[in-house]
Amino acid sequence: MSKISQNNAGNIVNIKTGLAEMLKGGVIMDVVTPDQAKVAEDAGAVAVMALERVPSDIRKAGGVARMSPPELVQAIMETVSIPVMAKCRIGHFAEAQVLEAIGVDYIDESEVLTPADEDYHINKHDFKVPFVCGAKNLGEALRRIGEGAALMRTKGEPGTGNIVEAVRHLRQINQDIKRITRLDDQELMTEAKNLGAPFELVKLVKEQGRLPVPNFAAGGIATPADAALCMQLGAETVFVGSGIFKSESPAKFAQAIVKATAHYNDPKIVLEASKGLGEAMRGTDISEIEETMRMANRGW
Amino acid sequence: MVLKKPIIGVLALQGAVEPHRPHLEAAGGEFRIVKTAEQIREADAYILPGGESTTMLKLIETFGLWDVLAQNFKEKPVWGICAGAILIAETVKNPEQKSFKLLPLTVERNAYGRQLDSHHANIKGYEVSFIRAPIIKDAGPGVEVLAEHQGTPVWLQSGKVMVTTFHPELTMTYPSPMHAAFVDQARQSL
Repeated sequence: MSKISQNNAGNIVNIKTGLAEMLKGGVIMDVVTPDQAKVAEDAGAVAVMALERVPSDIRKAGGVARMSPPELVQAIMETVSIPVMAKCRIGHFAEAQVLEAIGVDYIDESEVLTPADEDYHINKHDFKVPFVCGAKNLGEALRRIGEGAALMRTKGEPGTGNIVEAVRHLRQINQDIKRITRLDDQELMTEAKNLGAPFELVKLVKEQGRLPVPNFAAGGIATPADAALCMQLGAETVFVGSGIFKSESPAKFAQAIVKATAHYNDPKIVLEASKGLGEAMRGTDISEIEETMRMANRGW
Repeated sequence: MVLKKPIIGVLALQGAVEPHRPHLEAAGGEFRIVKTAEQIREADAYILPGGESTTMLKLIETFGLWDVLAQNFKEKPVWGICAGAILIAETVKNPEQKSFKLLPLTVERNAYGRQLDSHHANIKGYEVSFIRAPIIKDAGPGVEVLAEHQGTPVWLQSGKVMVTTFHPELTMTYPSPMHAAFVDQARQSL
C-alpha cells in the first residue's frame, strides 16, 4: 500500500482508498433499475454503478448524458446491501455535491457522460465521498490522483463490448510505471514534465513501482475471459458496464464474470465459467467509431 | 530453538488480502493466499478478510468450499474481519444471511451507515479503519470483549475464534496488535 493513500498521520490508508481495498478481486456492475441491482448482488457483485442508461444505450441515444435522477439512485441504494456508486459529468462538481448529499458510496467522474467542463476536472479533495476516475496512461492517472481521486480505472471504450482499449490503457500504464522505476533521481523532474504529472507522485511511483491507489479495469469487458485478461494484466477489480445487461442472459453472465474474476489465473475455472452463457453483447469495432465520438478522449 | 512459522491462510476469493502480508510476516507468521480446498487444508489458521460478505458467500458456495471451511474452522484458529466477522457470526441482520455460526454473536451489517460514515479510530493505542463496518449487537456468554468503540464491542475472542469489526491491516505500522495476538494463538495451536 502506498503513501498517497495515507492520512495526515502518515501511516494509515486514507478511508476513501480503504473502501477500494475492500472491493479488490471483484466485479462492479452497471445497473439501471433496482431489479437489475438485485440480480447483480445475487450474482456476487462487490458493488453496483447506478445509471439511467448503460453506456451502449447512451451511445445510441445521443444528446447530452447527465447524472442519473436521484430517485433512481436512491431506489437502488434501498434495494441492495453492497456499495452503490454513481456517475457525474467531468468537471460537474455540483452534480457531485448532489450525489454526496444522496450518500452514494463512490462517485465516478466519468467520460461516459457528456463533459461539463473541457478544461478542469473536479477538485476531489473538497469531498468526503471518494472518487474513481478513468485514465489512458500514467500521466492522466497521476493528474486525477493529484486532484484527489482515491481509485483509478482504465477508460477503455465504454459501451462497445470491445476490450481492445482497456487492454491498451492497462498496458500503457504498466509500461509507464516500468520506465519510471528505471530512471535515476536526476531524470524524474523531466519525466514529470513530460507526463504532465505532479512531481511528488512521480517520485512515489518510482519508489513503489506501482500506482499510488488501486487500479481497476473498465470499458468494453463483455465475457469471463475479458475479465481474466484484465486481471492478469494487473487490474485489481473489473467494472462491467453494458456487458451484463446487454447479453442474452444477464444473471448467467454476471455470475460467470464473478467466477472468472475470482480465479482469473486458473484457465480451467475461466473455461467452466465461459460455458453455456448464450450470446454476449453485440460488440463494436473501434474503427467504426469516429475519433470525435470516442468517450476515452473526453477529459485530459 | 527455531519455532515453526504458522501458515496463516487468508481466504482470497475477494477482498483486502495483500495488506495482511507485512503484518503477518512481522508477527512471525507465514502469509498464504488460499482459494482452493487443498490450499485451505494446508493452512494452520485462517483470516476471513474484509470485502463484501455477500460476494464471499456466493463464491464459497459456487466453488463448493463450505464444508471444507466449516470442518477446518472447528479445529484451527479463525479471525473474521468486518465481512469475515459477518461470515462467522451466529445471527446476521440487515439483511439476514447465511453464516458459519462459529460464535454466539448478532451482527448488523453496515450499521454505522454508508461510506460517508466510515472512519478511523484508536483501538488499544493502534489507529484502525472502520469501513462500512458492521456492529455487534449482542455477544453471548463466554465471548471475551477485548475492545469497545462507541459503546459496542469491536474486538472479541472466544476459544480459537477472533473477531474484529474494524481493519487493522490498512495501517502500516507492523505488526498490528491484532495480527500479533492472532499469530501467537496460531503458533500455540500448532
